[in-house]
Amino acid sequence: MKINKKIGNVASIIHASIIFIFLYLPIIVVVAFSFNKSKINIVFTGFTFEWYGKILKNTRLIDALENTVIVAIVSTLLAVIIGTLAAVGMNKYRFKGKKVVDALLYIPVVIPEIIFGIALLALFSTAKLKLGLGSLIVAHTTFCIPFVVFTVRARLVGIDPHIEEAAMDLGAKRIRTFFEVLLPSIMPGVVSGALLSMTISMDDVIISFFTTGPQSTTLPIQIYSMVKSGISPDVNALSTIILIVTIVVVILSQSRMLRNIKKK
Amino acid sequence: MKGRLNKKVPLYTTIFPVTFWLILLVAIPLIYVLVLSFLTRLPNGRVDFVFTMANYKKLINPDYFHIYGISLFVSAVTTAICIVLSYPFAWFIAQGSERKKTLMMLLVIIPFWTNSLIRLYGWKTILGNEGVLNKVLLTLHLINEPIQMLYSLPAVILGMVYTLLPFMILPIYASVEKLDKTLLEAANDLGAKSIQSFLQISLPLTSPGIFAGSIMVFIPTLGYFFVSDLLGGGNTMMVGNLIKNQFYTAQNWPLGAALSIVLIIMTLLLVRIYTLMGGKLDDLGVAK
Repeated sequence: MKINKKIGNVASIIHASIIFIFLYLPIIVVVAFSFNKSKINIVFTGFTFEWYGKILKNTRLIDALENTVIVAIVSTLLAVIIGTLAAVGMNKYRFKGKKVVDALLYIPVVIPEIIFGIALLALFSTAKLKLGLGSLIVAHTTFCIPFVVFTVRARLVGIDPHIEEAAMDLGAKRIRTFFEVLLPSIMPGVVSGALLSMTISMDDVIISFFTTGPQSTTLPIQIYSMVKSGISPDVNALSTIILIVTIVVVILSQSRMLRNIKKK
Repeated sequence: MKGRLNKKVPLYTTIFPVTFWLILLVAIPLIYVLVLSFLTRLPNGRVDFVFTMANYKKLINPDYFHIYGISLFVSAVTTAICIVLSYPFAWFIAQGSERKKTLMMLLVIIPFWTNSLIRLYGWKTILGNEGVLNKVLLTLHLINEPIQMLYSLPAVILGMVYTLLPFMILPIYASVEKLDKTLLEAANDLGAKSIQSFLQISLPLTSPGIFAGSIMVFIPTLGYFFVSDLLGGGNTMMVGNLIKNQFYTAQNWPLGAALSIVLIIMTLLLVRIYTLMGGKLDDLGVAK
Protein backbone atom coordinates (compact mmCIF):
# COMPACT_ATOMS: atom_id res chain seq x y z
CA MET A 1 0.00 0.00 0.00
CA LYS A 2 2.73 2.43 1.00
CA ILE A 3 4.85 1.56 -2.02
CA ASN A 4 1.81 2.07 -4.22
CA LYS A 5 1.39 5.54 -2.84
CA LYS A 6 5.05 6.35 -3.39
CA ILE A 7 4.87 5.21 -7.00
CA GLY A 8 1.78 7.36 -7.41
CA ASN A 9 3.60 10.39 -6.00
CA VAL A 10 6.60 9.92 -8.24
CA ALA A 11 4.33 9.43 -11.26
CA SER A 12 2.43 12.64 -10.56
CA ILE A 13 5.65 14.61 -10.11
CA ILE A 14 6.93 13.28 -13.44
CA HIS A 15 3.59 14.08 -15.07
CA ALA A 16 3.63 17.65 -13.71
CA SER A 17 7.24 18.14 -14.85
CA ILE A 18 6.36 16.97 -18.36
CA ILE A 19 3.49 19.47 -18.50
CA PHE A 20 5.75 22.32 -17.38
CA ILE A 21 8.37 21.32 -19.94
CA PHE A 22 5.64 21.19 -22.59
CA LEU A 23 4.43 24.68 -21.61
CA TYR A 24 7.89 26.25 -21.53
CA LEU A 25 9.77 24.40 -24.28
CA PRO A 26 8.78 26.71 -27.18
CA ILE A 27 9.46 29.77 -25.01
CA ILE A 28 12.94 28.51 -24.14
CA VAL A 29 13.65 27.93 -27.83
CA VAL A 30 12.59 31.48 -28.74
CA VAL A 31 14.70 32.98 -25.96
CA ALA A 32 17.72 30.84 -26.86
CA PHE A 33 17.59 31.77 -30.54
CA SER A 34 17.31 35.46 -29.72
CA PHE A 35 21.00 35.24 -28.77
CA ASN A 36 21.97 33.22 -31.82
CA LYS A 37 24.50 34.64 -34.29
CA SER A 38 23.03 32.80 -37.28
CA LYS A 39 20.11 34.41 -39.06
CA ILE A 40 18.17 31.19 -39.32
CA ASN A 41 16.67 29.44 -36.33
CA ILE A 42 18.29 26.12 -37.04
CA VAL A 43 21.77 25.84 -35.65
CA PHE A 44 23.25 27.74 -32.78
CA THR A 45 26.40 29.33 -34.20
CA GLY A 46 27.40 31.68 -31.43
CA PHE A 47 26.25 34.17 -28.84
CA THR A 48 25.24 37.71 -29.78
CA PHE A 49 23.20 40.68 -28.60
CA GLU A 50 23.00 41.97 -32.17
CA TRP A 51 19.27 41.31 -32.62
CA TYR A 52 18.36 43.33 -29.57
CA GLY A 53 19.95 46.38 -31.18
CA LYS A 54 18.21 45.65 -34.47
CA ILE A 55 14.73 45.86 -32.92
CA LEU A 56 14.90 49.64 -32.75
CA LYS A 57 15.73 49.82 -36.46
CA ASN A 58 12.84 47.58 -37.47
CA THR A 59 10.24 50.34 -37.87
CA ARG A 60 7.42 47.97 -38.79
CA LEU A 61 7.93 46.05 -35.58
CA ILE A 62 8.14 49.21 -33.48
CA ASP A 63 5.02 50.66 -35.15
CA ALA A 64 3.17 47.43 -34.51
CA LEU A 65 4.27 47.46 -30.87
CA GLU A 66 3.09 51.05 -30.51
CA ASN A 67 -0.30 50.24 -32.04
CA THR A 68 -0.69 47.22 -29.79
CA VAL A 69 -0.02 49.28 -26.67
CA ILE A 70 -2.32 52.15 -27.75
CA VAL A 71 -5.19 49.79 -28.58
CA ALA A 72 -4.73 47.83 -25.35
CA ILE A 73 -4.67 50.92 -23.13
CA VAL A 74 -7.57 52.78 -24.76
CA SER A 75 -9.85 49.76 -25.05
CA THR A 76 -9.04 48.67 -21.50
CA LEU A 77 -9.94 52.14 -20.21
CA LEU A 78 -13.22 52.15 -22.13
CA ALA A 79 -14.04 48.58 -21.09
CA VAL A 80 -13.25 49.32 -17.43
CA ILE A 81 -15.52 52.38 -17.35
CA ILE A 82 -18.44 50.75 -19.19
CA GLY A 83 -17.97 47.37 -17.53
CA THR A 84 -17.63 48.64 -13.95
CA LEU A 85 -20.73 50.83 -14.29
CA ALA A 86 -22.61 47.90 -15.80
CA ALA A 87 -21.60 45.50 -13.02
CA VAL A 88 -22.67 47.99 -10.34
CA GLY A 89 -25.99 48.71 -12.06
CA MET A 90 -26.79 45.09 -12.77
CA ASN A 91 -25.96 44.14 -9.21
CA LYS A 92 -28.12 46.86 -7.71
CA TYR A 93 -31.15 47.33 -9.90
CA ARG A 94 -33.82 45.22 -11.47
CA PHE A 95 -34.92 46.46 -14.85
CA LYS A 96 -36.65 45.32 -18.02
CA GLY A 97 -34.31 43.60 -20.43
CA LYS A 98 -31.75 42.66 -17.79
CA LYS A 99 -31.75 39.12 -19.15
CA VAL A 100 -31.03 40.44 -22.64
CA VAL A 101 -28.04 42.45 -21.43
CA ASP A 102 -26.83 39.39 -19.56
CA ALA A 103 -27.13 37.22 -22.67
CA LEU A 104 -25.32 39.82 -24.78
CA LEU A 105 -22.47 39.75 -22.27
CA TYR A 106 -22.06 35.99 -22.62
CA ILE A 107 -22.19 35.88 -26.41
CA PRO A 108 -18.69 37.30 -27.09
CA VAL A 109 -17.26 34.92 -24.47
CA VAL A 110 -18.95 31.80 -25.75
CA ILE A 111 -19.05 32.01 -29.55
CA PRO A 112 -15.85 31.37 -31.51
CA GLU A 113 -13.90 34.60 -31.96
CA ILE A 114 -13.81 34.21 -35.72
CA ILE A 115 -17.58 34.74 -35.91
CA PHE A 116 -17.31 37.88 -33.86
CA GLY A 117 -14.46 39.02 -36.10
CA ILE A 118 -16.30 38.59 -39.39
CA ALA A 119 -19.49 40.08 -37.90
CA LEU A 120 -17.65 43.26 -36.92
CA LEU A 121 -15.86 43.36 -40.28
CA ALA A 122 -19.22 43.10 -42.06
CA LEU A 123 -20.69 45.85 -39.89
CA PHE A 124 -17.73 48.21 -40.24
CA SER A 125 -17.48 47.83 -43.99
CA THR A 126 -21.23 48.30 -44.51
CA ALA A 127 -21.14 51.37 -42.28
CA LYS A 128 -18.22 52.59 -44.43
CA LEU A 129 -16.08 52.88 -41.33
CA LYS A 130 -12.41 52.94 -42.22
CA LEU A 131 -10.51 50.03 -40.73
CA GLY A 132 -7.67 51.20 -38.52
CA LEU A 133 -6.85 51.99 -34.92
CA GLY A 134 -10.43 53.21 -34.34
CA SER A 135 -12.08 50.01 -35.47
CA LEU A 136 -9.52 47.96 -33.53
CA ILE A 137 -10.26 49.89 -30.34
CA VAL A 138 -14.01 49.49 -30.77
CA ALA A 139 -13.64 45.74 -31.39
CA HIS A 140 -11.26 45.18 -28.49
CA THR A 141 -13.43 47.21 -26.09
CA THR A 142 -16.38 45.01 -27.03
CA PHE A 143 -14.71 41.72 -26.16
CA CYS A 144 -13.10 43.17 -23.01
CA ILE A 145 -16.34 44.50 -21.48
CA PRO A 146 -17.72 41.08 -20.42
CA PHE A 147 -14.50 40.19 -18.58
CA VAL A 148 -14.57 43.44 -16.62
CA VAL A 149 -18.26 42.93 -15.78
CA PHE A 150 -17.61 39.37 -14.60
CA THR A 151 -14.63 40.16 -12.39
CA VAL A 152 -16.26 43.24 -10.84
CA ARG A 153 -19.54 41.41 -10.32
CA ALA A 154 -17.74 38.59 -8.52
CA ARG A 155 -16.26 41.19 -6.18
CA LEU A 156 -19.61 42.96 -5.62
CA VAL A 157 -21.26 39.78 -4.36
CA GLY A 158 -19.21 39.90 -1.18
CA ILE A 159 -20.00 43.53 -0.37
CA ASP A 160 -22.54 44.59 2.22
CA PRO A 161 -25.05 46.97 0.56
CA HIS A 162 -25.69 48.60 3.94
CA ILE A 163 -22.29 50.30 3.86
CA GLU A 164 -23.43 52.39 0.92
CA GLU A 165 -26.72 53.17 2.64
CA ALA A 166 -24.84 54.18 5.76
CA ALA A 167 -22.67 56.58 3.77
CA MET A 168 -25.75 58.14 2.22
CA ASP A 169 -27.52 58.36 5.56
CA LEU A 170 -24.53 60.26 6.82
CA GLY A 171 -25.16 62.77 4.05
CA ALA A 172 -22.83 61.67 1.28
CA LYS A 173 -24.11 62.33 -2.23
CA ARG A 174 -24.60 59.43 -4.59
CA ILE A 175 -21.54 60.27 -6.67
CA ARG A 176 -19.36 60.74 -3.62
CA THR A 177 -20.60 57.44 -2.20
CA PHE A 178 -19.70 55.74 -5.44
CA PHE A 179 -16.16 57.12 -5.57
CA GLU A 180 -15.32 57.03 -1.88
CA VAL A 181 -17.19 53.98 -0.59
CA LEU A 182 -18.14 51.58 -3.35
CA LEU A 183 -15.23 52.01 -5.77
CA PRO A 184 -12.44 51.41 -3.21
CA SER A 185 -14.10 48.21 -2.05
CA ILE A 186 -14.47 46.81 -5.57
CA MET A 187 -11.06 48.07 -6.70
CA PRO A 188 -9.37 44.64 -6.66
CA GLY A 189 -12.04 43.40 -9.06
CA VAL A 190 -11.62 46.45 -11.29
CA VAL A 191 -7.84 46.02 -11.36
CA SER A 192 -7.95 42.34 -12.22
CA GLY A 193 -10.57 43.05 -14.88
CA ALA A 194 -8.26 45.70 -16.33
CA LEU A 195 -5.23 43.37 -16.31
CA LEU A 196 -7.28 40.67 -17.97
CA SER A 197 -8.46 43.10 -20.65
CA MET A 198 -4.93 44.30 -21.32
CA THR A 199 -3.54 40.81 -21.80
CA ILE A 200 -6.43 39.60 -23.94
CA SER A 201 -6.20 42.71 -26.09
CA MET A 202 -2.43 42.47 -26.53
CA ASP A 203 -2.58 38.80 -27.47
CA ASP A 204 -5.62 38.92 -29.73
CA VAL A 205 -5.05 37.52 -33.21
CA ILE A 206 -8.40 36.54 -34.64
CA ILE A 207 -10.58 39.59 -34.06
CA SER A 208 -7.71 41.97 -34.86
CA PHE A 209 -7.08 40.06 -38.07
CA PHE A 210 -10.54 41.05 -39.34
CA THR A 211 -10.81 44.56 -37.90
CA THR A 212 -7.36 45.97 -38.60
CA GLY A 213 -6.38 48.17 -41.54
CA PRO A 214 -3.13 48.10 -43.52
CA GLN A 215 -1.77 51.10 -41.58
CA SER A 216 -2.57 49.82 -38.12
CA THR A 217 -1.02 46.38 -37.74
CA THR A 218 -0.71 45.12 -34.21
CA LEU A 219 2.16 42.98 -32.99
CA PRO A 220 0.31 39.64 -33.15
CA ILE A 221 -0.86 40.39 -36.70
CA GLN A 222 2.64 41.49 -37.73
CA ILE A 223 4.11 38.33 -36.23
CA TYR A 224 1.40 36.25 -37.90
CA SER A 225 2.37 37.48 -41.34
CA MET A 226 6.07 37.17 -40.51
CA VAL A 227 5.76 33.61 -39.22
CA LYS A 228 4.14 32.62 -42.48
CA SER A 229 6.80 34.17 -44.69
CA GLY A 230 9.84 33.70 -42.48
CA ILE A 231 10.68 35.46 -39.29
CA SER A 232 13.70 37.63 -38.61
CA PRO A 233 15.71 37.00 -35.44
CA ASP A 234 14.86 40.42 -34.00
CA VAL A 235 11.34 39.07 -33.42
CA ASN A 236 12.89 36.48 -31.09
CA ALA A 237 14.63 39.31 -29.28
CA LEU A 238 11.47 41.41 -29.00
CA SER A 239 9.53 38.37 -27.79
CA THR A 240 12.14 37.77 -25.11
CA ILE A 241 11.81 41.36 -23.91
CA ILE A 242 8.00 41.09 -23.85
CA LEU A 243 8.29 37.82 -21.96
CA ILE A 244 10.53 39.37 -19.32
CA VAL A 245 8.18 42.36 -18.93
CA THR A 246 5.22 39.97 -18.56
CA ILE A 247 6.96 37.90 -15.91
CA VAL A 248 7.95 41.01 -13.96
CA VAL A 249 4.37 42.35 -14.10
CA VAL A 250 2.93 39.00 -13.00
CA ILE A 251 5.41 38.70 -10.15
CA LEU A 252 4.82 42.29 -9.00
CA SER A 253 1.05 41.91 -9.09
CA GLN A 254 1.18 38.60 -7.27
CA SER A 255 4.03 39.27 -4.86
CA ARG A 256 1.78 40.74 -2.22
CA MET A 257 -0.42 37.67 -2.41
CA LEU A 258 2.60 35.40 -2.11
CA ARG A 259 3.96 37.36 0.83
CA ASN A 260 0.63 37.10 2.64
CA ILE A 261 0.63 33.37 2.17
CA LYS A 262 4.16 33.15 3.47
CA LYS A 263 3.15 34.90 6.68
CA LYS A 264 0.46 32.30 7.28
CA MET B 1 -41.64 63.96 -10.92
CA LYS B 2 -38.20 65.23 -10.11
CA GLY B 3 -37.84 62.59 -7.40
CA ARG B 4 -38.74 59.82 -9.80
CA LEU B 5 -36.30 61.05 -12.40
CA ASN B 6 -33.61 61.30 -9.77
CA LYS B 7 -34.18 57.70 -8.87
CA LYS B 8 -33.79 56.64 -12.49
CA VAL B 9 -30.59 58.58 -13.14
CA PRO B 10 -28.21 56.07 -11.47
CA LEU B 11 -29.91 53.20 -13.25
CA TYR B 12 -29.51 54.88 -16.64
CA THR B 13 -25.91 56.00 -16.10
CA THR B 14 -24.84 52.50 -15.12
CA ILE B 15 -26.87 50.44 -17.56
CA PHE B 16 -27.24 52.62 -20.64
CA PRO B 17 -23.60 52.61 -21.86
CA VAL B 18 -23.27 48.85 -21.75
CA THR B 19 -26.67 48.22 -23.29
CA PHE B 20 -26.03 50.66 -26.11
CA TRP B 21 -22.56 49.25 -26.77
CA LEU B 22 -23.62 45.61 -26.75
CA ILE B 23 -26.67 46.14 -28.95
CA LEU B 24 -24.68 48.13 -31.48
CA LEU B 25 -21.58 45.90 -31.51
CA VAL B 26 -22.76 42.43 -30.55
CA ALA B 27 -26.45 42.07 -31.41
CA ILE B 28 -26.57 44.07 -34.65
CA PRO B 29 -23.40 42.57 -36.22
CA LEU B 30 -24.58 39.03 -35.49
CA ILE B 31 -28.05 39.72 -36.89
CA TYR B 32 -26.34 41.21 -39.92
CA VAL B 33 -24.37 37.98 -40.43
CA LEU B 34 -27.66 36.09 -40.37
CA VAL B 35 -29.12 38.47 -42.98
CA LEU B 36 -25.94 38.29 -45.04
CA SER B 37 -26.19 34.51 -45.21
CA PHE B 38 -29.43 34.88 -47.20
CA LEU B 39 -28.10 37.49 -49.64
CA THR B 40 -26.75 37.10 -53.17
CA ARG B 41 -23.13 37.51 -54.12
CA LEU B 42 -22.53 39.52 -57.27
CA PRO B 43 -19.80 38.34 -59.67
CA ASN B 44 -17.56 41.25 -58.62
CA GLY B 45 -17.62 40.01 -55.04
CA ARG B 46 -20.07 42.64 -53.81
CA VAL B 47 -23.26 41.74 -52.00
CA ASP B 48 -26.68 42.25 -53.54
CA PHE B 49 -29.69 42.64 -51.26
CA VAL B 50 -31.69 39.88 -52.94
CA PHE B 51 -32.96 37.00 -50.83
CA THR B 52 -31.63 33.55 -51.70
CA MET B 53 -31.20 30.13 -50.12
CA ALA B 54 -28.33 29.38 -52.48
CA ASN B 55 -25.62 29.82 -49.84
CA TYR B 56 -27.13 27.16 -47.63
CA LYS B 57 -27.72 24.84 -50.59
CA LYS B 58 -24.01 25.14 -51.41
CA LEU B 59 -23.20 23.85 -47.94
CA ILE B 60 -24.67 20.46 -48.79
CA ASN B 61 -21.43 19.36 -50.36
CA PRO B 62 -19.09 16.49 -49.42
CA ASP B 63 -16.09 18.85 -49.38
CA TYR B 64 -17.66 21.00 -46.69
CA PHE B 65 -18.88 17.95 -44.75
CA HIS B 66 -15.30 16.74 -44.79
CA ILE B 67 -14.00 20.05 -43.41
CA TYR B 68 -16.64 20.16 -40.66
CA GLY B 69 -15.84 16.51 -39.89
CA ILE B 70 -12.11 17.18 -39.55
CA SER B 71 -12.79 20.24 -37.40
CA LEU B 72 -15.02 18.29 -35.04
CA PHE B 73 -12.43 15.50 -34.94
CA VAL B 74 -9.57 17.90 -34.13
CA SER B 75 -11.69 19.61 -31.45
CA ALA B 76 -12.71 16.29 -29.89
CA VAL B 77 -9.16 14.91 -29.83
CA THR B 78 -7.77 18.21 -28.52
CA THR B 79 -10.39 18.28 -25.74
CA ALA B 80 -9.73 14.64 -24.81
CA ILE B 81 -5.95 15.16 -24.64
CA CYS B 82 -6.41 18.32 -22.57
CA ILE B 83 -8.61 16.45 -20.06
CA VAL B 84 -6.14 13.57 -19.73
CA LEU B 85 -3.21 15.97 -19.25
CA SER B 86 -4.98 18.43 -16.93
CA TYR B 87 -6.88 16.20 -14.55
CA PRO B 88 -3.99 14.52 -12.70
CA PHE B 89 -2.01 17.75 -12.97
CA ALA B 90 -4.77 19.75 -11.25
CA TRP B 91 -4.92 17.19 -8.43
CA PHE B 92 -1.18 17.33 -8.04
CA ILE B 93 -1.18 21.13 -7.72
CA ALA B 94 -4.15 21.15 -5.35
CA GLN B 95 -2.28 18.89 -2.92
CA GLY B 96 0.58 21.34 -2.39
CA SER B 97 0.86 23.99 0.32
CA GLU B 98 -0.81 27.36 -0.27
CA ARG B 99 2.47 28.88 -1.41
CA LYS B 100 3.30 26.01 -3.74
CA LYS B 101 -0.19 26.14 -5.24
CA THR B 102 0.05 29.86 -6.03
CA LEU B 103 3.53 29.46 -7.48
CA MET B 104 2.57 26.56 -9.70
CA MET B 105 -0.58 28.27 -10.94
CA LEU B 106 1.56 31.31 -11.77
CA LEU B 107 3.85 29.03 -13.76
CA VAL B 108 0.81 27.80 -15.67
CA ILE B 109 -0.45 31.31 -16.35
CA ILE B 110 2.83 33.02 -17.38
CA PRO B 111 3.20 31.30 -20.77
CA PHE B 112 -0.45 32.01 -21.38
CA TRP B 113 0.21 35.72 -20.89
CA THR B 114 2.89 35.78 -23.56
CA ASN B 115 2.01 36.11 -27.20
CA SER B 116 0.49 32.86 -28.46
CA LEU B 117 1.89 33.32 -31.98
CA ILE B 118 5.42 33.58 -30.69
CA ARG B 119 4.96 30.35 -28.78
CA LEU B 120 3.53 28.63 -31.86
CA TYR B 121 6.52 29.93 -33.77
CA GLY B 122 8.66 28.27 -31.12
CA TRP B 123 6.95 24.97 -31.94
CA LYS B 124 7.60 25.56 -35.61
CA THR B 125 11.30 25.89 -34.83
CA ILE B 126 11.21 22.70 -32.80
CA LEU B 127 9.22 20.54 -35.21
CA GLY B 128 10.61 21.65 -38.58
CA ASN B 129 12.49 19.28 -40.87
CA GLU B 130 15.68 21.07 -39.91
CA GLY B 131 14.29 21.90 -36.50
CA VAL B 132 15.59 21.28 -33.02
CA LEU B 133 13.85 17.95 -32.46
CA ASN B 134 14.98 16.40 -35.74
CA LYS B 135 18.53 17.66 -35.12
CA VAL B 136 18.58 16.04 -31.69
CA LEU B 137 17.18 12.74 -32.99
CA LEU B 138 19.71 12.73 -35.85
CA THR B 139 22.66 13.41 -33.57
CA LEU B 140 21.56 10.63 -31.26
CA HIS B 141 21.33 8.35 -34.33
CA LEU B 142 17.77 7.49 -33.41
CA ILE B 143 16.72 8.33 -36.96
CA ASN B 144 18.63 8.43 -40.23
CA GLU B 145 16.71 11.17 -41.95
CA PRO B 146 14.48 13.94 -40.62
CA ILE B 147 10.87 13.02 -39.90
CA GLN B 148 8.20 15.24 -41.42
CA MET B 149 6.40 16.52 -38.34
CA LEU B 150 5.21 19.97 -39.28
CA TYR B 151 2.26 20.55 -41.63
CA SER B 152 0.30 17.55 -40.50
CA LEU B 153 -2.85 16.85 -38.51
CA PRO B 154 -0.92 15.77 -35.37
CA ALA B 155 1.04 19.05 -35.51
CA VAL B 156 -2.22 21.01 -35.63
CA ILE B 157 -3.60 19.03 -32.68
CA LEU B 158 -0.37 19.64 -30.75
CA GLY B 159 -0.70 23.37 -31.42
CA MET B 160 -4.34 23.41 -30.31
CA VAL B 161 -3.58 21.44 -27.12
CA TYR B 162 -0.69 23.76 -26.41
CA THR B 163 -2.67 26.97 -26.92
CA LEU B 164 -5.77 25.84 -25.05
CA LEU B 165 -4.38 23.69 -22.22
CA PRO B 166 -4.64 26.44 -19.56
CA PHE B 167 -8.38 26.72 -20.31
CA MET B 168 -8.72 23.13 -19.16
CA ILE B 169 -6.29 23.26 -16.23
CA LEU B 170 -7.84 26.35 -14.60
CA PRO B 171 -11.49 25.20 -14.31
CA ILE B 172 -10.51 21.65 -13.30
CA TYR B 173 -8.13 23.03 -10.69
CA ALA B 174 -10.89 25.32 -9.39
CA SER B 175 -13.26 22.38 -8.98
CA VAL B 176 -10.63 20.17 -7.31
CA GLU B 177 -9.83 23.04 -4.93
CA LYS B 178 -13.50 23.35 -4.00
CA LEU B 179 -13.84 19.63 -3.32
CA ASP B 180 -14.37 18.96 0.36
CA LYS B 181 -11.46 16.64 1.19
CA THR B 182 -13.16 15.42 4.37
CA LEU B 183 -15.64 13.54 2.17
CA LEU B 184 -12.75 11.42 0.90
CA GLU B 185 -11.52 10.79 4.43
CA ALA B 186 -15.02 9.78 5.46
CA ALA B 187 -15.27 7.36 2.56
CA ASN B 188 -11.87 5.96 3.48
CA ASP B 189 -12.90 5.52 7.12
CA LEU B 190 -16.03 3.71 6.02
CA GLY B 191 -13.84 1.28 4.12
CA ALA B 192 -14.18 2.49 0.54
CA LYS B 193 -11.34 1.54 -1.78
CA SER B 194 -9.52 4.44 -3.40
CA ILE B 195 -10.91 3.55 -6.83
CA GLN B 196 -14.40 3.48 -5.38
CA SER B 197 -14.13 6.83 -3.66
CA PHE B 198 -12.60 8.31 -6.80
CA LEU B 199 -15.42 7.13 -9.06
CA GLN B 200 -18.21 7.89 -6.62
CA ILE B 201 -17.00 11.08 -4.95
CA SER B 202 -14.04 12.82 -6.56
CA LEU B 203 -15.00 12.39 -10.21
CA PRO B 204 -18.67 13.43 -9.92
CA LEU B 205 -17.81 16.42 -7.75
CA THR B 206 -15.05 17.66 -10.03
CA SER B 207 -16.92 16.98 -13.27
CA PRO B 208 -18.27 20.57 -13.49
CA GLY B 209 -14.66 21.67 -13.99
CA ILE B 210 -14.15 19.07 -16.71
CA PHE B 211 -17.34 20.15 -18.49
CA ALA B 212 -16.52 23.86 -18.29
CA GLY B 213 -12.97 23.18 -19.51
CA SER B 214 -14.26 21.04 -22.37
CA ILE B 215 -16.52 23.83 -23.63
CA MET B 216 -13.67 26.34 -23.30
CA VAL B 217 -11.36 24.09 -25.33
CA PHE B 218 -13.75 22.53 -27.84
CA ILE B 219 -15.42 25.70 -29.15
CA PRO B 220 -12.31 27.87 -29.69
CA THR B 221 -10.53 24.97 -31.43
CA LEU B 222 -13.15 25.11 -34.18
CA GLY B 223 -12.27 28.72 -34.95
CA TYR B 224 -8.51 28.99 -34.30
CA PHE B 225 -7.50 29.33 -37.93
CA PHE B 226 -4.01 30.62 -37.14
CA VAL B 227 -2.99 27.35 -35.47
CA SER B 228 -4.00 25.25 -38.47
CA ASP B 229 -2.44 27.88 -40.76
CA LEU B 230 0.94 27.88 -39.03
CA LEU B 231 1.34 24.23 -38.04
CA GLY B 232 -0.91 22.64 -40.66
CA GLY B 233 0.52 24.72 -43.46
CA GLY B 234 -2.67 24.65 -45.52
CA ASN B 235 -2.81 20.85 -45.43
CA THR B 236 -5.35 20.92 -42.67
CA MET B 237 -8.43 22.91 -43.52
CA MET B 238 -10.72 23.63 -40.60
CA VAL B 239 -14.00 25.57 -40.34
CA GLY B 240 -12.10 28.63 -39.19
CA ASN B 241 -9.83 28.60 -42.24
CA LEU B 242 -12.80 28.04 -44.52
CA ILE B 243 -14.69 31.04 -43.12
CA LYS B 244 -11.59 33.21 -43.21
CA ASN B 245 -11.00 32.30 -46.86
CA GLN B 246 -14.56 33.27 -47.84
CA PHE B 247 -14.04 36.69 -46.30
CA TYR B 248 -10.57 37.20 -47.74
CA THR B 249 -9.31 35.24 -50.73
CA ALA B 250 -12.63 34.08 -52.19
CA GLN B 251 -14.50 37.29 -51.39
CA ASN B 252 -17.75 35.40 -50.97
CA TRP B 253 -19.21 37.00 -47.88
CA PRO B 254 -22.72 35.48 -48.08
CA LEU B 255 -21.26 31.96 -48.23
CA GLY B 256 -18.87 32.81 -45.39
CA ALA B 257 -21.85 34.10 -43.41
CA ALA B 258 -23.80 30.87 -44.02
CA LEU B 259 -20.77 28.84 -42.85
CA SER B 260 -20.62 31.05 -39.74
CA ILE B 261 -24.31 30.50 -38.98
CA VAL B 262 -23.73 26.74 -39.04
CA LEU B 263 -20.81 27.21 -36.66
CA ILE B 264 -22.96 29.39 -34.36
CA ILE B 265 -25.67 26.73 -34.30
CA MET B 266 -23.09 24.07 -33.42
CA THR B 267 -21.75 26.29 -30.64
CA LEU B 268 -25.19 27.02 -29.21
CA LEU B 269 -26.04 23.30 -29.24
CA LEU B 270 -22.86 22.52 -27.32
CA VAL B 271 -23.53 25.26 -24.77
CA ARG B 272 -27.14 24.04 -24.44
CA ILE B 273 -25.93 20.50 -23.73
CA TYR B 274 -23.51 21.97 -21.20
CA THR B 275 -26.23 23.90 -19.34
CA LEU B 276 -28.61 20.91 -19.49
CA MET B 277 -25.93 18.85 -17.77
CA GLY B 278 -25.94 21.42 -14.99
CA GLY B 279 -23.07 23.59 -16.20
CA LYS B 280 -23.09 27.28 -15.29
CA LEU B 281 -22.37 29.97 -17.87
CA ASP B 282 -20.42 31.94 -15.28
CA ASP B 283 -17.84 29.15 -15.10
CA LEU B 284 -16.97 29.71 -18.75
CA GLY B 285 -15.52 33.15 -18.09
CA VAL B 286 -13.13 32.32 -15.25
CA ALA B 287 -10.09 31.17 -17.10
CA LYS B 288 -9.80 33.92 -19.68
